Formats: sequence, structure tokens, C-alpha cells
Amino acid sequence: MKIRLENVVKTFDTFRAVHGVSLDIGSGELVALLGPSGSGKTTILRMVAGLEYSDGGHIYFGDQDATDIPVRDRGVGFVFQHYALFPHMTIGENIAFGMKVSKLKRSTEEIEARVKDLLRLVKLDGLQDRFPAQISGGQRQRVALARALAVDPKVLLLDEPFGALDANVRRDLRRWLREIHAELGITTLFVTHDQEEALDLADRVVILNGGQIVQEGTPEQVCRQPNSAFVMRFLGDTNSLKTTVANGKAQLPAGEIDAPGCPDGPAEVFVRPGDLDWASDGAGIPADVHQVLDRPGNRRILAATVQGDTLEFDVAPETVVKAGDRGMVRIIRAKVFAAG
Amino acid sequence: MRRNVLPGLRLSLGVTLFYVGLIVVLPLAALVFKAASLGPADYWAIVSSPRAVATYRVTVLCALAATVFNLFFGLALAWVLTRYRFPGWRFVDALVDLPFALPTAVAGIALTALFSANGWFGAALAPLGIKVAYTPLGIMIAMIFTSLPFIVRTVQPVLEDLDPALEEAAQSLGGSDWTIFRKVILPLLKPALLAGLSLSFARSLGEFGAIIFIAGNKPFETEITALLIFIRLEEYDYQAAAAIASVLLITAFSMLALTNFMQARALRYTARG
Amino acid sequence: MHATRSKKPPRVGDAPAIRRTLIAITLLLGALLILAPLLVIAVQAFSEGWKVFAAAIAHPDTLSAILLTVVTALIAVPINTAFGVAAAWSITKFDFPLRRLLLVVTEIPFSISPIVAGVAYLFVYGLQGLFGPLLDAYGIKILFALPGIVLASMFVTAPFVARELIPLMQAQGRDLEEAATSLGASGWRTFLSVTLPNIRWAMLYGIILCNARVMGEFGAVSVVSGNIRGQTNTLPLHIELLYHDYQTTGAFAAAFILTLLAVVTIIAKVALERRGAGRRRRAPIVTPAPEVAK
Repeated sequence: MKIRLENVVKTFDTFRAVHGVSLDIGSGELVALLGPSGSGKTTILRMVAGLEYSDGGHIYFGDQDATDIPVRDRGVGFVFQHYALFPHMTIGENIAFGMKVSKLKRSTEEIEARVKDLLRLVKLDGLQDRFPAQISGGQRQRVALARALAVDPKVLLLDEPFGALDANVRRDLRRWLREIHAELGITTLFVTHDQEEALDLADRVVILNGGQIVQEGTPEQVCRQPNSAFVMRFLGDTNSLKTTVANGKAQLPAGEIDAPGCPDGPAEVFVRPGDLDWASDGAGIPADVHQVLDRPGNRRILAATVQGDTLEFDVAPETVVKAGDRGMVRIIRAKVFAAG
Repeated sequence: MRRNVLPGLRLSLGVTLFYVGLIVVLPLAALVFKAASLGPADYWAIVSSPRAVATYRVTVLCALAATVFNLFFGLALAWVLTRYRFPGWRFVDALVDLPFALPTAVAGIALTALFSANGWFGAALAPLGIKVAYTPLGIMIAMIFTSLPFIVRTVQPVLEDLDPALEEAAQSLGGSDWTIFRKVILPLLKPALLAGLSLSFARSLGEFGAIIFIAGNKPFETEITALLIFIRLEEYDYQAAAAIASVLLITAFSMLALTNFMQARALRYTARG
Repeated sequence: MHATRSKKPPRVGDAPAIRRTLIAITLLLGALLILAPLLVIAVQAFSEGWKVFAAAIAHPDTLSAILLTVVTALIAVPINTAFGVAAAWSITKFDFPLRRLLLVVTEIPFSISPIVAGVAYLFVYGLQGLFGPLLDAYGIKILFALPGIVLASMFVTAPFVARELIPLMQAQGRDLEEAATSLGASGWRTFLSVTLPNIRWAMLYGIILCNARVMGEFGAVSVVSGNIRGQTNTLPLHIELLYHDYQTTGAFAAAFILTLLAVVTIIAKVALERRGAGRRRRAPIVTPAPEVAK
């Protein structure tokens, strides 16, 4: 099922607004809505689900205008951030609920068989008589997914699916969700504030800020060609150096850097910690080492340039360096965006 | 109005507004309307008549005294019930609700039986020259009884939820128990105490059933405002009843507004985060 | 905490002297102020023996007072419960303007003297009231009859069920209902199979307190009932009547029945609190916190 959002608008009295978002999601695609809190990502997801109504614009499911279809009839599977499992029902009853209330009548045996299948799919065989309070967070998350899948939704929507889980469980569930998506091929849209999660999991990432789409594209596209300082910062650690652009070149003490598409005037140069090179002498920007932080795979150096910009970058574990050393920092790769 | 996702707003809000309108707002509006139809001069004459003013004095003074007593007793009870475990504490805890559950008329005759001259307590107090029944003291006792649970039940949950780390921090900084209680615990209880106090005071101002049996009901001495309203009704003086009732109503509304205001102020640093 | 290390450093107020003094004072005052009234009712009710007690209860006027009280509760409590559920549903599941005002208005009866409530009803349904003449013309009797007693009882207990449900449903949020709806459940289905099972103890708690108050209400009912012996006398009013007739034993016998009701109410309350109803509620929250942003 293809989903299309056309200039969708939502205003609230006090918080989270969405200002004219348009988005196309292909059939079977796995798309992440990524953004900081308050960026409107959850509101967009809830509007697609029909849990909020938009104040303007249209939402299409395939060719059908779904904007005014109430959530009960929209045929979406929604996985809530805190799962919203019915605490007074067993796991089995939770999963069966959607089938029981459906207009499409199913026999008890049919429902039971389907519950069994779904439990197997989410690898929770045998837990159907437990109550939600008796299982772990990761298991609850899977029950919530099974419950959403039980009604054969056209679209699967997940709100911060792994937000409440600890790091190890998150990683496992992420891989597992990818497998399920590959197996069922259902169009899936999920919301996250965790860039790693979005990049790991999604076919396509939609980055939001202030209720608008800032950039969308494959993980590769958004990582390699961030289109703004916001995306650059949001996707990972970055160093920034103040500069001015003249004639498409950013001026730095160590020389010029290409700044394609950047207007003349004040600008910032962004460099990922991995894109800086350190040498005790030679060409580059002179900098003083303030601190060395040792990590399993590398050593991170915190340094300050003579101009007063602070830099963070990683060097190989065997590099001999200590606080107080002076050396030269070379920029391997950088992005330049106009200041503002 | 925005469209809503969950169903039933029209039905539930309709039922709610109809019920609140018919059961709560309409009668109170009718009362205000009736009192307002008197005209300012007549209204003032009734509500400021010496007998009415005497009832205000008796009611307010007794309610104040009862509330102050309950402030200390209620706080002590709440403290004892949350901090100490002793045989029978559950029984005491349950017993605190009795004044809420016991019909006021029953409380009234029970207290009168206890404190009348030949009652268990009355007989014991008589040699000391203390008369409770049929004096303002009796009114006070009845008010204490009926409003006791308010302070206990508003303070207790807050005391239970109090983070022990706060006390431990204060202890580690060298505070004495009394200092910690005054400077750390009491300020945190303040919103709940204020809420309990105003509920307790409001209840005492309006109490009727428990008081009329023990009060003696002598005009100018032991007649409470609620009773004067009742007497005016029995005399078919509906205008006067409406006017005096409106005084109680205005007092209740002012209390409600004041409480909300004070709670909002007191809660500003305990705001939910 | 291990049993082997049960000795904890003393908390504030744990000094034995303070502890003992406070417990002694509160127990003594509690016994004098709360327990003694309870005992004196029992003692007085049975002061002339079982037979007199039984005869007092079996008196037709007493029986009719009991019947009227029960009938009043049977009408007022279910209606009140329906209102409480409707109010809680509308206030907690939706955002609409003046929601907080509605909540405050719902709680008004708590702060108003029952006498004032009774008088207010006179001015709606009484002969000198808004609808009195009209009702009289059609021969409809509301005051000094069952409807008036029921209405006054509903006024004084209006917030009872709602105030138990609102904080709970507020805390539970809207996720469960949204989940049920997204799975295709209808409104009633969502309420009956998702909302209700999660609020039933709190609802029962509210119902029990509401019932106790309806059966025990004195002030408001005494204004609107007309005190017609054997007809519009509820049990609390009947107590007053007997008491002023110097039928002390009869009065205390009737009071004993209401005391039993109070005791049963408290036991039920404690039982429900073990199931998580009531209690744990902070100071009466007149203003619910605004919905937390996702």
C-alpha cells in the first residue's frame, strides 16, 4: 500500500505542530521519521493512523483519500510507544482483540490458530496465557507488534518502537523487526529520535525539524549529502569552525575548502571527528591538546585551535599523545553551510 | 471544535452537562435568583440582623477552633499512621474514615449522649465545671468529629510519598529532627495541609446534622447559621432563608476560590515534572 | 532489604520518646473522639435489651424509613454512577474548552452546606420556586416526596463517583482506548472491554462512598422531605424525630443500623484500597494536569 501525504497541516494550542508536510511512501517500504522531540514526527504518524485529524491537506492510502476515514476503519496497525497492552487481558487475548471486534466475523478456532501463528512469528510461543505485567519490556514490544499485525493492516505504524528498552534489547529487536518486515513486506512507517536506529533500520529516512521535513533520502544520501547544518549536527558528532565564504570557497587558516552552493558571507565548516587527521607537525591547523579520552577502539582527542575553536577527533590507539602537546590538524572531508 | 478520534464525546459531555446543569447549577442559580430578588436594602437588613450576625460569629469561631485542633491532631494522626507501625495501626487507619462514613445525625446523637450531663464524658467533666453539650464547646466537638478525616487523608499520601533521601540529605547536613521537620518536611506538606485545612473549615461552616443535636440551639449563643436558615424556612420566611443561605453559598465559593489560588501558589515548586 | 540487616538508621521522629508520646496522644484522642461515639451508639441501642431493640426496629415507621432510604439509594446511586462515568470519560478522553471549569463545577457540592442545597431545591421545585407553580398545576409532586429526596441526595453526592474515576483515568491516559479503536473496536466495545475492567474497583469505591452518603444524608433531605412520618422520612430523619420525641432507645436502634452501614462501608473501602482503589490519590486535584506532549 502506497501512502501519500499532501501538504498536511496540524496546529495545536500549545505544542507540536506540523506545517505543510508532503511525503510519498512506496508500497512495502520501511521508512523512518527522524527528528528531535517537538519536531512533529509523532503527530505525523498519528495523522497517518487517524489518531489525530489534520487541519489541512490530504492523506492518501493508495488512490483512496484516507484523510477523513476514522482510525477504526482505516486498517492500520499501530504500535504505541508504551505498547498500550490491555493490562487485564492475557497476551493471547490482547492479540485476539482486534479479530474479535472486527466486522469480519471469524470463528473461535480461526482466531486461536491465528494467535498461535502470530506468537510464533514474534517468537513468543507458549506465553499466551501470561499477562502483560508478567513479561519483559522486549516481549511486550513484540506482543504489541503481534496485536497490530493480527488485523492484517495495510500499513504498520510504530511510535518510538524501541524507545523504552535498554541498548542490547534494542539492537536485537531492530534486527528482528527488519526480518519481519522482509518477510511480510508490509508498508511500515516508524518514528524515532535515535539517528542510529533510523539509519540501521530504514530504507529511507525522513528528517524533521520544527514541523517540517528538512531532508529525506536513503541512509546513504542523508549521511553523505546532508543538506543543512541541522542535519549535519543531528546525524552525529561534528566539529564546527567559524569561517567566511568568498567565491564558493571557505577560508580557513589551513587553506581553502570548497563550499559548493554556499552563498558568500559568514559560514560554518562542519567536520566529523573521523574526518580530521592529527600529526605532530606538517601542514594543517595548529592546535593544542587539552585532554585525551581512551576508548576501546581508538583515542579521542579534545583540542583547541589557536583561533579558539574546540575540536574533537579520534586517532589510532597506538598514537602517542598527551595533554599539552601541540600538533597539526588536517581536514580530510568537510561540509560548509551558511551561518544562521 | 476539533474532530475527535475517540468516540462518545457528544454523549458523555451531553450527559455530564445535563446532569451538572439540572442537579447542581439550576438549584444554586435559583437560590441566587431568589436572594437577588430581595433588593439590596432588604437583603442587607436580613443578613446583617443581630441574630444572623450572632450565628456567623458562633459558626466561624467554632469552625476556626475545630480546624486548628484538627490541624494538629490530623497532622499527628497522619504522621503516626505513616511513620510508626504498632499493633492495631490498620484498625486506627480504617477508623479515621468513620466520621465520613457515619451519617451526621448518628454522630450528632452519639456525641450528645457522650457529652450530656449524665453521659460518659459529660459526667466526668461536670465536676471540673466544664459543660460541653448545649454550649459552643459542643458545636466545636461536633465540627472536630465531622471534619477530622480531611486533614489526615490529604496529608497522609504526601507523607507516604515523601522521598526519604530528602530527610537523609538533611540529616547528613547535621539538622536536628525538629529542624528537619520544620524546614524540610513541613514545607513539602504545605499544599496538602492547606487543602485539608480549607476542606475541613468549609465542612465545619456548613455542617448541620451533627451539630443541631449537641448545640442547644439557643439564639445568639449556640445557634449556627445553617440552623437559622432552617428555622426561617419553618417560619415560611423564604426570603430570609434565601438571603442567609446565599451568605453561606458566597462563603463557600470564596473558600473554593481561595483554596484553588493558595494551592496553585503552594504547588508551584512541587509542580509535576 | 535483607532481614538480617533490619536495623536501619533512625528516621526523623524515630526517637523512642517522641514515637511513644505521639502514638499515645493520637490513640487516646482517637479513642475518645472516634471510638467512643461508636460504642455509645451500641450501648444505648441495647440499653433496654434485645427485645426493645428489635421492637424499635420492627416499628412500621422505622421499617418504612428504612425502605425509603433504600429506595432512594437504589435510584440515586446508579444515576450518579452513570453521570460519574460520563463526566470522567468526557473530561479525561477529550480536550475541550472550559474542561477545568466543568471539573470545578462538578466538585461544588463538596463545599456547600447541605442545608443550602436543600433550600436551593425549594426555590426550583417549591411553590415559591421557579417551576413550583407549573408543577403544581399539573399535580406533579417533587418536594416533600420521593423525587425531591432523590434530587437532593444526588446533589450532595454528585462528585462522588466522578472524583474517583477522573484522577485514575487521567493517569491511565488515552493509549488503551486509542489502541482498541485502532484495532477496530466500536466506542461501546472499547468502553466495556478496555476501559471498564481497568476502572471497576475505583468505580465500586466511588459507588460505596456515594451510597453511604445517600443513605446517611440529613441536612439537604430534611429541607426537602417534609418529614412526614411513615411517608417521607428517611432513616436519618427518623432518628431525629424519635430523638426529639424522647424515644431514645428507638433513635439509637435506628442509629445502630446506620452505624452498621458505616462499618460495612469502611470494611469495603479498606478491601478496595487493597486492590488499589481510592487512596494513593494526592490532595484533591481540582485541576488535572494538561495532557503531556508526546
